[in-house]
Amino acid sequence: MRKIAIYGKGGIGKSTTTQNIVAGLAEMGQKVMVVGCDPKADSTRLLLGGLNQHTVLDTLREEGEDIELDDLRKIGFRGILCVESGGPEPGVGCAGRGIITSINMLEQLGAYTESEDLDYVFYDVLGDVVCGGFAMPMREGKAQEIYIVLSGEMMAMYAANNICKGIVRFAESGGVRLAGMICNSRMVDNEVEMTEAFAKKLGTTMIHFVPRDKMVQRAEINKKTVIEFDPDHNQANEYRTLAEKMQENKSRVIPTPIEIEELESLLVEYGIV
Amino acid sequence: MVIQNEKQCSADLEGLDPQEVKNDLINKYPPKVARKRSKQIVINKIEKDQPVPKIQANVRTIPGIITQRGCTYAGCKGVVLGPTRDILNLTHGPIGCGFYSWLTRRNQTRPVGPDAHNFMPYCFSTDMQDREIVFGGEKKLKQAIEEAYNIFKPKAIGIFSTCPVGLIGDDVHAVAREMGKKLGINIFGFSCEGYKGVSQSAGHHIANNGIFANVVGLDDNVKEGKFKINLLGEYNIGGDAFAIEDLLEECGFTLISTFSGNSSYDYFANSHTADLNLIMCHRSINYVAEMMEKKFGIPWMKINFLGADSTAKSLRKIAAYYDDQELIDKVEEVIAREMPAVLKAQEDVRSRCEGKLAMIFVGGSRAHHYQDIFKEIGMRVISAGYEFAHRDDYEGREVLPTIKIDADSRNIEELEIHADSKRFNPRNSEEDLKRLAEKGIEMETYNGMMSDMSDGSMVIDDISQFETEKMIELYKPDIFCAGIKEKYSVQKNGVPMKQLHSYDNGGPYAVFKGAINFYYEVDRMVNSKVWGYIKAPWQKNPELSARYACE
Repeated sequence: MRKIAIYGKGGIGKSTTTQNIVAGLAEMGQKVMVVGCDPKADSTRLLLGGLNQHTVLDTLREEGEDIELDDLRKIGFRGILCVESGGPEPGVGCAGRGIITSINMLEQLGAYTESEDLDYVFYDVLGDVVCGGFAMPMREGKAQEIYIVLSGEMMAMYAANNICKGIVRFAESGGVRLAGMICNSRMVDNEVEMTEAFAKKLGTTMIHFVPRDKMVQRAEINKKTVIEFDPDHNQANEYRTLAEKMQENKSRVIPTPIEIEELESLLVEYGIV
Repeated sequence: MVIQNEKQCSADLEGLDPQEVKNDLINKYPPKVARKRSKQIVINKIEKDQPVPKIQANVRTIPGIITQRGCTYAGCKGVVLGPTRDILNLTHGPIGCGFYSWLTRRNQTRPVGPDAHNFMPYCFSTDMQDREIVFGGEKKLKQAIEEAYNIFKPKAIGIFSTCPVGLIGDDVHAVAREMGKKLGINIFGFSCEGYKGVSQSAGHHIANNGIFANVVGLDDNVKEGKFKINLLGEYNIGGDAFAIEDLLEECGFTLISTFSGNSSYDYFANSHTADLNLIMCHRSINYVAEMMEKKFGIPWMKINFLGADSTAKSLRKIAAYYDDQELIDKVEEVIAREMPAVLKAQEDVRSRCEGKLAMIFVGGSRAHHYQDIFKEIGMRVISAGYEFAHRDDYEGREVLPTIKIDADSRNIEELEIHADSKRFNPRNSEEDLKRLAEKGIEMETYNGMMSDMSDGSMVIDDISQFETEKMIELYKPDIFCAGIKEKYSVQKNGVPMKQLHSYDNGGPYAVFKGAINFYYEVDRMVNSKVWGYIKAPWQKNPELSARYACE
């Protein structure tokens, strides 16, 4: 079983990309579980055809100790197992602690045991690594591979660099490694070259460039992944290619985060046409 | 051993060079730690017209050092507001904080009438669980307030924040406002999360701010009474406040409020109608005194009711302040009546305690005040220090302008207080103040502990466990005074240990009768033969003995 966590700046398209990758893997016959680590609980919406109303933390709160694994998992597109951690309303409580509680609960209920026969577990994690709770999927025994979704925009690259710092911290104590970057295009000048160069500086590669396409939004409105909504569309094939590349990707590195000055000069070098 | 004048005791204490003792205390530490501790371990120097040496205080304890200190929550809830019987003190947090700060024995109180509220035997907590940490605890806090109100119908509820409340950002003040409006009672919150500040001292400040902003001044009814006073920084440990109250009443004073031993919400609300604030524990309560002076014009003076001589001195000082012959005569009459029994007890106990050595490491004032009682029975305090005091409590308030306000102190809100537009009433005119100064009555000042200690004595701030044991080893004191956390390790070193945070089962020790209690308590402890048996017979004379093969 491969355990993969997807990180990246808020709004970069982690959840959409993750669900489309997972749909691609499911088409290839892989058995996948997606664990949404975002209080908004919208990491599995496209796979389930709507929001999962029953998060781990809600269930824990409402039903107390007596919980079955099947209370927490919903079955989505092509048998994909969907779990949402859930969390507090914006501005209250501690979402980070929620993620910790939730992942521990899944472990204790045996969601990762061999009998579940999973090929992949995907953690879709909210935004930046803001605190210990959101680093939970990186800790030992959780995700072994991290993919960072980014674009050629300054703040997305800045966030990616920060996430790499988090990976370094946990790589030293646990087994987590950076597997690669996924560029979700924002139509920035020289975006491919810039993100490739940035990935190289971090010691990794940009494994796929996902072009921008209105089909993604259209599928989202219909609560579906592109692969499900319009299987023959070119964008569906882009995600299938990405899924295949991830399936093949053997790269696992401890990243080398760069100084902010270096990042700025990279932007100047590639960004000014 | 015959003791001459205290001040003549030379730097050569017990044949030990204090500088060498200091080196012994710090030479085990790594260099950086040793450097820091060396500023907090000071050999006292008493020179005519010279300030006492500078000591570093109210700075962070070094991780790894076993400290006596407590947390900010403990200072706010436990020390300053805990002793008030009819404010329902609700701890917002996991259950441990509330449970272990349950003041079952420390502070006494005496409700007026059988139906009067007394919540001190209770422990109130929101009992936060994982789900409140994740989803926020405000809802549970509101429920707890409602439940407490329905059962007890208190006049006021105080909400005390523990560490996780600050981390997850529950707004206890907004909840307090909302629920206060809903229930029609006074509800106020304290952001006294344990991790704020370097010791419980931060919690005292937060408590002072809260009680001043939310309660003091709510009741403008002026009580009858010629000499209306408040007693600040007296927490009724072992019934001390009861003893002081009786004495003050007999002398003709009208006690409006004590902060906060044997106190009630109504007393606080009315306390701004007093004409004089008397401060016992300067560290924990000077903020309220200063704010009352700024807002209402009430002057304050430092007094001490621990020790018979100190009590007499304090009573005379207050009487001289009021400058009323009838009051002065009454005070003299009470002193004259009380002193014979005191002197008799002193003489008796002195015959067995004279020359014995004591060490005191407590609080922010008791390490100072209790030295007076020990002196009265001829005992010498060769080393003392505070747990959470600031430099002014050691060196006197004149150093206040020179105290560097560090980031830890800035973390604690400093209220901006202005004179009340209607109720500000300076109790003394310029001439009054001049007259008081001429008579040598010191107002709004505290000279600190060090100037009352002998030359060469060791003053140690925030003493560590290691230093405690080293001091015991080097000086072999006859009694050691600290708190419950230190009690058993001191006793294991064969030294009697007197708690001065709470009084074990003893007390009261305040005023004349209390001083006599203390003399005999110390007599009992230092002259007990039990300490000679601390080593088991087989430890002294083993029936079998052997050596390691490697020796």
